[in-house]
Amino acid sequence: MSVEDRASAEEQPETIQPKGRKRTGLLARSIRQRRAQVGLVLAALVILLVLLGPLFSPYSTTQFVGSPFLRSSPGTLFGTDALGRDAWSRFLGGGQTLLLLAVLATILGVGLGALMGTFAAYKGGWVDEFVMRTGDIALAFPEIVLALLFLSIIGTYLWLLVLLVAIAHLPRVARVVRGAALSVVERDFIKSAEAFGTPRWKIVLTEILPNITGTLAVEFGLRLTYSIGIVAGLNFLGLGLQPPAADWGLMINENRIGITVQPWPVVLPVIAIALLTVGTNLVTDGIARASAGIGRGVE
Amino acid sequence: MPSAMPQALSEPALQVQDLTVTGMPSMAQIVREVSLQLQPGEVLGVVGESGSGKTTLGLALLNYCKSGTAISGGSVVVDGQDATSLTGPELQNFRGNVASYIPQSPATALNPALRIGTQLRECLNDDISRSDISARVQQVMGEVALPADKEFLQRYPHQLSGGQQQRIAIAMAFIPRPRLIVLDEPTTGLDVTTQATVLATVRELCDSYHCAAVYISHDMAVVADLVDFVAVMYSGEVIEFGPMAEVLAAPKHPYTGRLLLAVPDLYAKRPMVGIAGYAPSPMDRPAGCVFAPRCPLAIDICRSTVPPIEATGARSFARCHRIGVPLPTPEHRTHRPESETRSADALLDVRNIRGRYGKNVVLEDVSLQLRAGECLALLGESGSGKTTLSRIVAGLHTNFDGELEFDGQQLPPSSFGRTADQRRRIQYVFQDPYESLNPRRTVRDLILQPLRALKSPIAEPNRIVTEGLERVNLRGDLAGRYPDQLSGGERQRVAIARALVTKPDVLICDEITSALDVSVQSSLIELIQRLQDEMGLSLLFITHNIALVRNIAQRVAILQDGRIVELTSVEDAFAENAHPYTRSLIASTPNIAFPDHSPLEELHDEQPPAVPGPSRI
Repeated sequence: MSVEDRASAEEQPETIQPKGRKRTGLLARSIRQRRAQVGLVLAALVILLVLLGPLFSPYSTTQFVGSPFLRSSPGTLFGTDALGRDAWSRFLGGGQTLLLLAVLATILGVGLGALMGTFAAYKGGWVDEFVMRTGDIALAFPEIVLALLFLSIIGTYLWLLVLLVAIAHLPRVARVVRGAALSVVERDFIKSAEAFGTPRWKIVLTEILPNITGTLAVEFGLRLTYSIGIVAGLNFLGLGLQPPAADWGLMINENRIGITVQPWPVVLPVIAIALLTVGTNLVTDGIARASAGIGRGVE
Repeated sequence: MPSAMPQALSEPALQVQDLTVTGMPSMAQIVREVSLQLQPGEVLGVVGESGSGKTTLGLALLNYCKSGTAISGGSVVVDGQDATSLTGPELQNFRGNVASYIPQSPATALNPALRIGTQLRECLNDDISRSDISARVQQVMGEVALPADKEFLQRYPHQLSGGQQQRIAIAMAFIPRPRLIVLDEPTTGLDVTTQATVLATVRELCDSYHCAAVYISHDMAVVADLVDFVAVMYSGEVIEFGPMAEVLAAPKHPYTGRLLLAVPDLYAKRPMVGIAGYAPSPMDRPAGCVFAPRCPLAIDICRSTVPPIEATGARSFARCHRIGVPLPTPEHRTHRPESETRSADALLDVRNIRGRYGKNVVLEDVSLQLRAGECLALLGESGSGKTTLSRIVAGLHTNFDGELEFDGQQLPPSSFGRTADQRRRIQYVFQDPYESLNPRRTVRDLILQPLRALKSPIAEPNRIVTEGLERVNLRGDLAGRYPDQLSGGERQRVAIARALVTKPDVLICDEITSALDVSVQSSLIELIQRLQDEMGLSLLFITHNIALVRNIAQRVAILQDGRIVELTSVEDAFAENAHPYTRSLIASTPNIAFPDHSPLEELHDEQPPAVPGPSRI
């Protein structure tokens, strides 16, 4: 046993803490920070708008209500878009698909990436080398270029879009999670589970993953932000949802020619996407700080 | 309170008055109203269990507080200078030149990027001429018994052994010739033989420089040989202070007495006695005496009124309402291991093991047998390969040649290759309970974990958990807790309960007490002994502590650099004709010798005198 082992055991603060100490979870500690509170309000605002918006939209998303690029009027709060549809109604109805695709891609990407990273850290040796070097190769391609390539070859399917965004996240998530898992796999409770003969897949799921939830939460938030950006970007480029569907990315593309005359159909989705990404980022930042122990107070 | 303090004899080297260190923002007093006095050339031992505030006190003597703590009252006067009033350059000059500090772990205290010669020279003031500096370096290297040649001074810390690193740290502290030196557990983590030479060096240097020293340690046995005075800390308070010999002969505070009894005796002349319960946190102290909840002598006044400092001699005091009341005979204690093993059959047969880490061979031709119902100790210093051997037996280290046989059957190297029954019958308890319990599982889950992994039917999980906890003297209602809500001793008990839930035949204990305090260690050893009797366990007990071996094992295998140098009965290992390495281990291990007719010695008079049994090997 090394000097450090004994030192760390000696320094453990637990022994001097009162017994009935209140357990404060990671999320509770995160949300106590001002940045996380602001982020949560921003993100919640956009998510509520996306979920409840369609209930309050004055027109259908595809209904023509007047001539193109009309300025705001009593009937059309934010005017009309390039084809004369109500900008406000299209805005309210244009977030669901974007959010759904982004969340699905994130769950898939972070989930698979976490499994890969943990498995690589746990197995070590050539498995680790193989997984991480393959990841390095994938990292050499920019996320959006890769997605563009496959979407233009195979076709603009939404499932493919989700899959591609998820795959783009894989190597990045795997790398971060592997780093976090490396310090866990060395700990004795993993050895102890091995001594009981616990199957290796179970060790990954029940012993390692629960101990890196902080990292996973941060990764999830961060990747969600990126997913929103990529999906909106691909929609903007016309590789996601197709007209006449209402979608924020698509709206920006369709209406950018009239931005000087009638900015609302572009500005509304831009503001929403910005608020959503800034919001999720702030929450994520709060979780990261809480799990790193920053701002916990000195004791 | 100051009136109760012993009178000053001459100009003291260290005078601490009502020193209090408070944590922010909880306002918990980590060190509470500590008063001490030390003459030049005297060594004071500060003894206490983890969390008692001894390191905080040691740092406060240099007017240093870790972030989140502050000195909130009292004074520290070193050699006439009030350290608590110093700031800026004066404080900088004070630290190092007037009072210096030797930290616990030399490996992290030395700058790995600087040569040791550079680090030594850095400790001297700029106003000393170059030739004087190198003369001082030469001198101090001689004093710490290290070579002073150019080649050696050009080495980096990682090129030195742990003992050499610690001697460099000592040299750095002594080179400016300070008036006070604070040593914070400088030998924890060193092997006993290295520890002995380091301790001798410290003593010599204090004598020759007439420098006062404060030696912080959790190990009463180490301190007993070294120091003139001892201060026993408990929950941030110095509860007893006095000349070491006097304290050993007649401890005034019941905690001191029980702490001494908890230390294992190298010759197992007296049993080890643990202290039930745990020390209160500084945030949650009891109303009266801090030790009252664990004290066998506590009466009503102890629970309601904080005891004042009471002088018990010219230079000694205690904080207790019950000074002079003799300790009752402890109810629980270890018993001397029977010298006869119950069976000659080898349950576990380890043959010609050659263990490797990568390409490094760490075990060479190791063979031993564990007999049914016995306790075989595996003794070795760090790096001797004892943990590797225990992990090979447990199926956790597969990089080896050789054979394992268990109950007449071949034992596959990997735990995954073994049958469920083999895994059930051999269980392993890890060294550090802070590492071996998954922090995300409740105690209940942890205890059921091996059963689930072995896919054995769990008929009544609640009963199994409650029984498992009661077996290790824990309350059944701890089942819903997470490991971080338990103390170190409680965690280790949970780890033992988890290992025993499968009703194993062999229990491998890998240094199970080395991360814990002595009072907890004794309780655990007591528990292991009881369980061994009740469940007929065969124990493979890995340790670096030879005194523990004497108190628990029938036979001992002594490992040195990956080889077994001696495998014999414990009595024979302590005999005159034992292997020279064994002899040197015993000789270097500090041991507390109570003076004749000490009240502590007499506590055990009713015990039958130990008769060494016939050794059978």
